Amino acid sequence: MGFHWKWDFTWEILPRLLEATLNTLIAAGAGYAIAIVLGLVLALAQRTPYRALTFVVREFVEFIRSTPLILQIFFVFYVGPQFGVRMSPWTSGMIAIGLHYSAYLSEVYRGGLNSVGKGQWEACTALNMSPRQAYTRIIIPQAVPPALAGMGNYLVGIFKDTPMLSVIGVAELMHTANAIGSESYRFLEPYTLVGVIFLAISLPAAGFIRVFETYVRRKLGLK
Amino acid sequence: MEDMSQYPLELTGDNIPMVRFMNVTKRYGKLTVLDRLDLDVATGEMVTVIGPSGSGKTTVLRMLMTLETINEGVIYVDGKPLTHMEKNGALVPASPKHLRMMRSQIGMCFQHFNLFPHMTALENCMEGPVQVLGMSKQEARKRSEDLLDLVGMIEKKDQHPSRLSGGQQQRVAIARALAMRPKVMLFDEVTSALDPEVIGEVTNVIRDLVDKHNLTMLMVTHQMGFAKDISDRICFFFDGSIEEQGAPDALFGNPQRERTQQFLSAVKEAG
Ligand SMILES: Nc1ncnc2c1ncn2[C@@H]1O[C@H](COP(=O)(O)OP(=O)(O)O)[C@@H](O)[C@H]1O
Ligand SMILES: [Mg+2]
Repeated sequence: MGFHWKWDFTWEILPRLLEATLNTLIAAGAGYAIAIVLGLVLALAQRTPYRALTFVVREFVEFIRSTPLILQIFFVFYVGPQFGVRMSPWTSGMIAIGLHYSAYLSEVYRGGLNSVGKGQWEACTALNMSPRQAYTRIIIPQAVPPALAGMGNYLVGIFKDTPMLSVIGVAELMHTANAIGSESYRFLEPYTLVGVIFLAISLPAAGFIRVFETYVRRKLGLK
Repeated sequence: MEDMSQYPLELTGDNIPMVRFMNVTKRYGKLTVLDRLDLDVATGEMVTVIGPSGSGKTTVLRMLMTLETINEGVIYVDGKPLTHMEKNGALVPASPKHLRMMRSQIGMCFQHFNLFPHMTALENCMEGPVQVLGMSKQEARKRSEDLLDLVGMIEKKDQHPSRLSGGQQQRVAIARALAMRPKVMLFDEVTSALDPEVIGEVTNVIRDLVDKHNLTMLMVTHQMGFAKDISDRICFFFDGSIEEQGAPDALFGNPQRERTQQFLSAVKEAG
């Protein structure tokens, strides 16, 4: 049966898979964009003096981090409509994956923000800066370099998690490979190609992130 | 609750001090770090605080810089309450807005410089004037360059702090604080983290400020010779209150209290 690799079949399905790769990249990019912004909000909310807010956000982050992503995807997609929130697979998927990774990124940001010494805050106060000025001009720029490695890991992580969106019908790479498989009864080539495509993107991305980290540090004049 | 009616809403009359600590108490939990402190600093006066480690010297400066809140008493700056504000004819704890208004009169230099590492020396100096005072970049640059020149750091203006020695960083930090044109400057052991051979370059800058500028200054230092040279008055702190104070010649030459004598002879022995 299908233990022989068929090159003509491979070439035939490659364009379709590459097209789906674009969707995968869009899903990862959009999910990450949500996570980057929302993660910062979650991290900053935990640094406010409002105890109740800090507590609720902390528990929310813990909750998201201790439940599986796949459950969250199903939850948003299938439970949402029961409360009258009907969304497309794409919208649900982006919300679920963005929310999930925002919890992880908020932890990365928290680490970065905590790594900025108390003395920097005191210098901001001595210069009479507002908390907002202190964060945007002084604290966050210094919190970014130590957070970059973690942020990069989760960028690759979110990319590798996008196949889970196939379960609610987002037409990304995995979904397309499945479709090809059930149409042709050949799974070897599509799944192998999916693996190769993921590898071909993940590996250079990890290297690029390291280079970028060095670049940012140098740009900010940090060692 | 403390009865706030014992404190005036503002200081009136002739000779209003630039800084007045009135009955100021500071506690950390059960530990009383400052106990009903009264201290005036006159306009243009240079007051140096000395005393053993843990006696509350840094805390005095940090309260004045509003880095710490106080538990009792009131601090006045230029006659107006700093730690409090007037509301319906009574003093209540200061709002963030009131603190921001009052804080603009005070500048501080720290033992560990606390320069912004992602900015050059010049950018460090320009940051406050541009962001906080709303000055144009051009004007802020001019002011900052003049001050970097004053502290002898103009050649290094485009260097990041990581490329500067401790003494150089501290001089930039002094220029950065001066760029905000404070009325009161605070120096907390600004030479303690420095190698002995560069202490002079920082003390010379402060000496210069005392000679040529009419700044009010409150300084904590372990450099007794330097303190004696430039101060108008020395306060010896012990256990959260002023044990003895006076003109440098009197306090160093003829200390009255036993604890002062012990401290000064211990310092002398240590070199
Ligand atoms: N944030 C803090 N929490 C608890 N105790 C503190 C804190 N800051 C200072 N202290 C205590 O207050 C006392 C005075 O400290 P400090 O003003 O720094 O002394 P000095 O500058 O004279 O060495 C010390 O006993 C110190 O341990
Ligand atoms: Mg101290």
